[in-house]
Amino acid sequence: MTAASAFLQYVISGATVGSTYGLTALGFTVIFNTTEIINFAQGEFVMLGGMLAVFALRWGGVPLPAAVPLAVLGVTAIGVLVDRLTIRPVRGRSPITLIIITIGVSILLRGGAMLLFGKDTFPLPAFSPGGPIHLGGATLLPQSLWVGGITLLTLLAMKFFFERTLSGKAMLACACDRKAASLMGIHVESMVTLSFAFSAMVGALGGVILAPITLTSYDVGILLGLKGFAACILGGLGNPFGAVVGGVILGILESLGAGLLSSGYKDAVAFVILLALLFLRPAGLFGSSGAERV
Amino acid sequence: MKGIGNFILGALFAAVLVFPASAAEPIRIGAIFSVTGPASFLGEPERNTAKMLEEDINKSGGILGRPVEIIVYDDETDATKAVTAVDRLIKKDKVVAVIGPSTSGNTLAIMPKVEEAKVPLVSCAAAKKIVQPVRPYVFKVVPSDILAVKKIFQHAKKAGISKIAILTASDGYGAGGREDMKELAPQMGISIVADEVYGPKDTDMTAQLTKIKGTDAQAIVCWGTNPGPAVIARNRVQLGIVTPLYMSHGVASPKFIELAGAANAEGILLPAGRLISEPQVPAGQPQKKILAAYIKEYEAKYRQPVSTFGGYAYDAIMLVVQAIRSAKSADPAAIRDALEKVRGYNATTGEFNFSEKDHNGLTEEAFVMVRITKGDWEMLK
Repeated sequence: MTAASAFLQYVISGATVGSTYGLTALGFTVIFNTTEIINFAQGEFVMLGGMLAVFALRWGGVPLPAAVPLAVLGVTAIGVLVDRLTIRPVRGRSPITLIIITIGVSILLRGGAMLLFGKDTFPLPAFSPGGPIHLGGATLLPQSLWVGGITLLTLLAMKFFFERTLSGKAMLACACDRKAASLMGIHVESMVTLSFAFSAMVGALGGVILAPITLTSYDVGILLGLKGFAACILGGLGNPFGAVVGGVILGILESLGAGLLSSGYKDAVAFVILLALLFLRPAGLFGSSGAERV
Repeated sequence: MKGIGNFILGALFAAVLVFPASAAEPIRIGAIFSVTGPASFLGEPERNTAKMLEEDINKSGGILGRPVEIIVYDDETDATKAVTAVDRLIKKDKVVAVIGPSTSGNTLAIMPKVEEAKVPLVSCAAAKKIVQPVRPYVFKVVPSDILAVKKIFQHAKKAGISKIAILTASDGYGAGGREDMKELAPQMGISIVADEVYGPKDTDMTAQLTKIKGTDAQAIVCWGTNPGPAVIARNRVQLGIVTPLYMSHGVASPKFIELAGAANAEGILLPAGRLISEPQVPAGQPQKKILAAYIKEYEAKYRQPVSTFGGYAYDAIMLVVQAIRSAKSADPAAIRDALEKVRGYNATTGEFNFSEKDHNGLTEEAFVMVRITKGDWEMLK
């Protein structure tokens, strides 16, 4: 294997894993854009997406093409419930209170999944059959194409939604100034519910398309949540495009760190570069530096 | 007629044995297992096995004419609770020996207590620190990981392999295996040409494998517990690597094949205990009878497949029972002395030969090499 094809392999592997981080980061962005809170249960939405698909397939006997949308819908409903039962009753409190509530929700969802599904890891079949695709000495799985494609589509849909539709703009307005938005006739609470539904949907989508590559278990959400949050910060909090690119960059950095330097310091390499970047650009790569964000 | 006669005789015999026994003071053996908490997959089969054995021993007349009472406490996979439990067992329940705990951390936490009270402990955990250096009252029945490393290296040497790449998890189990491999490799004439690490929760190891692919390693040895090794098996096939892959005994369960997928697991070699490959153990093998009997009884009673861990509890309890019988005394110090004299005792894990210098008593023969073939274990000669 030549150095060039090894390098290509590191980039491909990193980009696949990075898409995971990117999709999780996208979920963070949606809720942040409406409520200015960081939803620490985002990783759990990703986990639930994968787990519900696995169990629809195993217990429900639902075929894969039906299990995937079913799981995504199920998690979307859970996202709505999370807002209704935990966020809405304490509306108007400071963001820090709400953030702590989301940490509680993440522990609850993780514990619930553990009791319901057990502590084992589960595989999910790939969406399309076939062996790895060879590309200039490197290989990638067909599922990686699914991951890349769906990530890109989701990103485009999000961008369109926030920039071109009334609801999207209304959601952004809620984050900028809740009171002003409300005075302009925007039903703030519905927008918050909608943002939870959206971010749960995006998270679940990520969980479902990744499970065939990465396997899934009740506790995959912890690490994904952390890396997804890092991706958000790297790309600039609040920017959907930045979130996905931040995730992919983080994934590639990790992979290159493992391949070219030392696999023992894989995470350290990625996070040192992340810290250095933030030192130079505190608002993230694609964040507008003048924005007033908490 | 003959059957009925035997039955009556047997019943009489049992009655003679049981009735005086129930009048005598029971022999109390303590046990601490992680029945709940993260290590419940260890503790639950261990507790079940202990309860099953207690019943069996009492049905067949107890030990030295006295019934046995096995008192099981759940440490909830928490070292503090294990320490409280051992205090209670020693001071309040006045047990003659302690079985467990299930995890290495909890065993290390309670060892000073049993040493101080001079009550023998037979641990069901793996860490070699439990028996190295040897402490007079501490024994363990789980083969140290280095024995599995030795088994793998012996197999590799026979296949003419002298250069290996190692890929280990960055958790306690993986780091321990890495240390053992680095210690044993030079002694066995094997050189480690790549030393890669992965996080136990990592979902993609293609970077490490790509790096290994670029070296002249003749085999890859991976040390970790699920799901990491399953991801590695998948990544290896994705990258088209044909170098033989050895796994540790940490993944010797059907779950690994399910996670990796039978096609990706094909040809993987690993050391495993005989309990999971019992159907392939030849009839004359010294452990065969015990294995078959234990599996049959456990599966009939609890309606779940046996695990290696329940086997550890079985061995630990039977060793203590054996020691009490050969010492003809249930005095803790006498049990300790008798345990140290156990030689050639066949149990589910292997043949135990304790000595003053060896409180684990097993060799690499506690493992057999298996190859994954068409989604099943194939025992290698």
